[in-house]
Amino acid sequence: MEKILVCIKRVIDYNVKIRIKPDESGVITDGVKMSINPFDEIALEEALRIKESGNANEVIIVSIGPDDTQQQLRTGLAMGADRAIHIEHPTPLEPIQVAKLLSRIVEQEQPELILMGKQAIDDDANQTGQMLAQIFSYPQATFASKITLTGNTLEVVREVDQGLEILDVDLPAIVTVDLRLNEPRYVKLPDIMKAKKKPLEVLDPVSLDVSLDPSIKVLNVSAPPPRQSGVMLEDASQLVSSLKEKGLLND
Amino acid sequence: MTSDQKVLVIAEHFQGEIISSTSKAINCASQISSQVDLLVLSNDPNLSDHASRYDGINEVLVINDDLFENSIASIMAPVIAEIASSYDYVLAPSTTFGKDLTPRVSAVLDVSQITDIMEVIDSRTFKRPVYAGNAIETIEINQGQKVVATVRPASFKDVGDSNNASVKILDLPSVDIPNHTRFKGIQSEVKERPDLQVASVVISGGRGVGSAENFEILYQLADKLGASVGASRAAVDAGYVPNDMQVGQTGKIIAPDLYFAFGISGAIQHIAGIKDAGTIVAVNKDPDAPIFEIADIGIVADLFEFIPDFLSKLD
Ligand SMILES: Cc1cc2nc3c(=O)[nH]c(=O)nc-3n(C[C@H](O)[C@H](O)[C@H](O)COP(=O)(O)OP(=O)(O)OC[C@H]3O[C@@H](n4cnc5c(N)ncnc54)[C@H](O)[C@@H]3O)c2cc1C
Ligand SMILES: Nc1ncnc2c1ncn2[C@@H]1O[C@H](COP(=O)(O)O)[C@@H](O)[C@H]1O
Repeated sequence: MEKILVCIKRVIDYNVKIRIKPDESGVITDGVKMSINPFDEIALEEALRIKESGNANEVIIVSIGPDDTQQQLRTGLAMGADRAIHIEHPTPLEPIQVAKLLSRIVEQEQPELILMGKQAIDDDANQTGQMLAQIFSYPQATFASKITLTGNTLEVVREVDQGLEILDVDLPAIVTVDLRLNEPRYVKLPDIMKAKKKPLEVLDPVSLDVSLDPSIKVLNVSAPPPRQSGVMLEDASQLVSSLKEKGLLND
Repeated sequence: MTSDQKVLVIAEHFQGEIISSTSKAINCASQISSQVDLLVLSNDPNLSDHASRYDGINEVLVINDDLFENSIASIMAPVIAEIASSYDYVLAPSTTFGKDLTPRVSAVLDVSQITDIMEVIDSRTFKRPVYAGNAIETIEINQGQKVVATVRPASFKDVGDSNNASVKILDLPSVDIPNHTRFKGIQSEVKERPDLQVASVVISGGRGVGSAENFEILYQLADKLGASVGASRAAVDAGYVPNDMQVGQTGKIIAPDLYFAFGISGAIQHIAGIKDAGTIVAVNKDPDAPIFEIADIGIVADLFEFIPDFLSKLD
């Protein structure tokens, strides 16, 4: 195929223990380590492997986010993407708006395959890929843990609640990836240098003509109710008594 | 409760049965309105009988067609969107089925969507988890906009099954149905134990279990307690157990009365799946394992010594 488009989101690194702002208006991001959403990194890795196996000519990455998002795009370029598109928008958007902005890039670039994460680990929405697929009436394969390309068809193994489902989808298609698809490569220093010279186009969302009026208002963001602190026990007989006391084991 | 609002719940079914997550979505729907209908898209006419027994359902809408033999989102979404034109809400369970499907419905209807409703504050205001459940958002959706949402099963109880709702068979609406997606099969192991998402006791093992063979001891304990067996991602990645046993942010979110974590360190992504459990028991040989920070009962021990001892005390 000619082009693979990979959509990546800048999120708080998955190792960071998030903190909630004292006024409960959101989550603290200042001074917090940011990364490519881990699922999107896997999506990019898959795209690069398809290209390296000779089945694609170009891997393009796109991200919507504040100006700092270019750090993650540079990382993506260092991993091996050929060029990047940054749609600059300072505040978080709803997945439907993200999908519509991305649809403009799809119209421009006409990729045969679009790879995305199954979910962003900040909003945990798990929506954008499916919405983008519906905008074009494209096929989708979500929760992908294995992808095999044969001619114009992708066979995708999907991790669903009941086990592993296998779907065939015709290209152009959207695949949203799960953790077990692959293990992303580490970026090497010379690649970071090279990435600085790769093209990175910055777009103003206004030029893409998508309504960005919110339809969902976040009233507050709070910590989940804490679990009561527990006890340490010594052995199995203490556990048995304790569980019986709590009525969790029958006598 | 505003009773003039109409809610459409999408039934999830697998191998000839409606799944419990559907019942939980109905419970959520009933907290929004008393006008709740259940839509069953399948090729199995026998499902409507079960569907009509759910308490809180006004009417069961059924389309029987071979198109729905397997749940393919690109086929179902345009059909649901068409039927949704006379509803204010479309709800589906927040399972891999519902998550795959509902965003396509939202896109056809050109509306935003809410993933993982965990609490209904009022008909426009909901709570949902973000950051793997480490924060809870309270959100309000604009007046007058159709609401498409998924319902987090672990946050709602099953509804009863003493109803006898009327069943209406619908014709397939004339919408464009794509043929670009073909179902090729599903590998699903027949489970001898209770379903993870329904079981009141769950025994999970992590990397510390060490191998597929070693999981046997967890199965023994599970059988003794009538429990289901789950696993951490590391255990699934290592091939000890199949993917559908993974508990956590990207696996199953569960709410058993009693949860056992054996050889699981307690990464936030794993904890995200068990936050609603009643009592969490952790057995780990590392006294500093983070799982002990959230466990109700912690025991520092080697699981291979502990479990046989525990089994013998249960006799
Ligand atoms: C985006 C993302 C999503 C993720 N989603 C999930 C998810 O849904 N579910 C999930 O589980 N993980 C998930 N993870 C992975 C998670 O971060 C951890 O890597 C994983 O949970 C670790 O599994 P573990 O506790 O089994 O392994 P480890 O962290 O390796 O812990 C093994 C534990 O076993 C103990 N142990 C070893 N031998 C014994 C013994 N003989 N007796 C007793 N204790 C012993 C050790 O002390 C240790 O604490 C996700 C990660 C990412 C980045
Ligand atoms: N701002 C964004 N920029 C680029 N891609 C995004 C953005 N938000 C979401 N995505 C893509 O959509 C996937 C699912 O995100 P979500 O629907 O928010 O859970 C992510 O894994 C990304 O691939």
